Amino acid sequence: MAEPTGQTAFKRRRRIRRTVHFGEPLPPGAHTFRAAWLCGPALVWVTMFMLVPLLFVVALSFAQRGDAGEIVWRFTWENYERLFGHGSLGFDPVQPLILARSLGVGFATAGLCLLIGLPVAFFIASLPRRWKSVALTLVVIPFWTNLLIRTYAWQLLLSPEGWLADILTTAGMIPAGTALYPGWPAVMVAMVCDYLPFMILPLYASVEKLDWLLAEAAADLGASPGRMFWHAVVPQIRPGMIAGGVLVFLPATGQFVIPDLLGGAKLALLGNAVQQQFGSSRDWPFGSAIAVVALLVMVAGLWLHTRVTNGRREVSLP
Amino acid sequence: MIRRSPATALIALLVLVFLYAPLVVVIIYSFNTARYGAEWHGFTVDWYLRLIHNDPAIAATINTIELACTSTFFSVLLGSILAYGMSRYEFPFKRLFHHVLHVPVFIPDIVMAVALLLFFAVLRKWLAGFELGMTTMTLAHITFQIPFIAIVVRARMADCDPQLEEAAADLGAGPWLTFRHITFPLMVPGIVAGGLLAFTLSLDDFVVSFFTSGPGSTTLPILIYSSVKRGLTPDINAIASLIVIVSALTVVTVAWLRGRTEVKT
Repeated sequence: MAEPTGQTAFKRRRRIRRTVHFGEPLPPGAHTFRAAWLCGPALVWVTMFMLVPLLFVVALSFAQRGDAGEIVWRFTWENYERLFGHGSLGFDPVQPLILARSLGVGFATAGLCLLIGLPVAFFIASLPRRWKSVALTLVVIPFWTNLLIRTYAWQLLLSPEGWLADILTTAGMIPAGTALYPGWPAVMVAMVCDYLPFMILPLYASVEKLDWLLAEAAADLGASPGRMFWHAVVPQIRPGMIAGGVLVFLPATGQFVIPDLLGGAKLALLGNAVQQQFGSSRDWPFGSAIAVVALLVMVAGLWLHTRVTNGRREVSLP
Repeated sequence: MIRRSPATALIALLVLVFLYAPLVVVIIYSFNTARYGAEWHGFTVDWYLRLIHNDPAIAATINTIELACTSTFFSVLLGSILAYGMSRYEFPFKRLFHHVLHVPVFIPDIVMAVALLLFFAVLRKWLAGFELGMTTMTLAHITFQIPFIAIVVRARMADCDPQLEEAAADLGAGPWLTFRHITFPLMVPGIVAGGLLAFTLSLDDFVVSFFTSGPGSTTLPILIYSSVKRGLTPDINAIASLIVIVSALTVVTVAWLRGRTEVKT
């Protein structure tokens, strides 16, 4: 048989290198055995404290709530029916609205972050090497500081005595003494501020690898700047755009702190609904059903993310 | 080559201001004399001095640090060994485990929080113990820290040249000697960076802590949340500023460590 060349040979060599352990070929069984005691403890831990609790949540979402808020283990679809608008008095839009609102907020946040993040990613990619890492660190610092504190800070910034309210009052856009929260604008501003780094990092990674010759070729062939961007640049950075979009969409959809502090009771999202059912309403089965929906959203997002990145790097960690 | 344009530079500058505005505002207001509200009255360091006599804040600080240290210790241990195993060995269902490992990273905080709340409630019923408190919080924090450490350490190991290990083996070093003198030293920067990030994650966590905490295990984020909810904020600004500064310094340290130990290509 002829020696394989090119890509195949490379792959095969890599596989051989992996199965040879310090010069000694190991039988496959020995591999599994060594892997088991190295990876086992952590995998057992995550299974025990993450997967098993989630299975409990799924099971509980099919249970019923007793009169005193206790759990009655009798199978029912009732929680899911309620979630999709099935009320005791006909159609009840409260729960479907929460779901729609959460998805809407997620998409809107991802879209806004993309619009704002694109020029930033291009700017960072255009910097000299030394300044690139400085700029990336600057983007990453707010991401690693407490989200609760940053959200509370927006309360300060948007309060009636704050600078922003002052400017808007002077401009005659709002009457004096109006707070800029709670409300949609406040929630969106905080969401974009909190999740922008999630978008900038994968976008930057894509822009960095961009082949500018393609763009130049498009320009040489007479494409307008807009068409050049759309046809020669966007297809190249699409993986980064989708990866960033998913990384923003997922946490934004499940947010609990931001709508809680800046949105008020009327703007509850999935996260707030879960908290309410597990907290004051004491309806754990229904809360579990909402949590299961949030999980399904996560799984769908993750599936898209792995498809786009081909499993190369699942999390673009700062 | 990318041409720099003044327009993108301006947008980048505005975005930087936007990202840092909340952090800067908290720090500025921590020096404000006003007791309530966001009006500026004058400069003072009084809020910081008062923290020394603020018993709930001190208790919460001790809880937060204890929680972060304990959970980081165990998660660094579990996560680094996991990263080593995952990057060196093939085993059945590896891809599946890989995905399982990423669940705590992507799961909405609140879902993880209620899942653990439910889980601990069931355990309490079946086995006794597992009262909500420091123990349950530590278990929860280790769970979301492990994947982050594993990711950072694996990324570090992927950057290292496997020929270094092969060379050691060729020169007659056994598996243990190779690990001790080659592999482990190469892993250390990843372990330190992962550990620092995990420490920050624990320090900053509010949602999971909130649902798994019990009486007497209040942490700083929980204290901040309840004060903000009740509208009592004067000394919160000082605590918040200190947390922001600690997190920022940690991230800068990690970035510096990475820059210093970057594998030259």
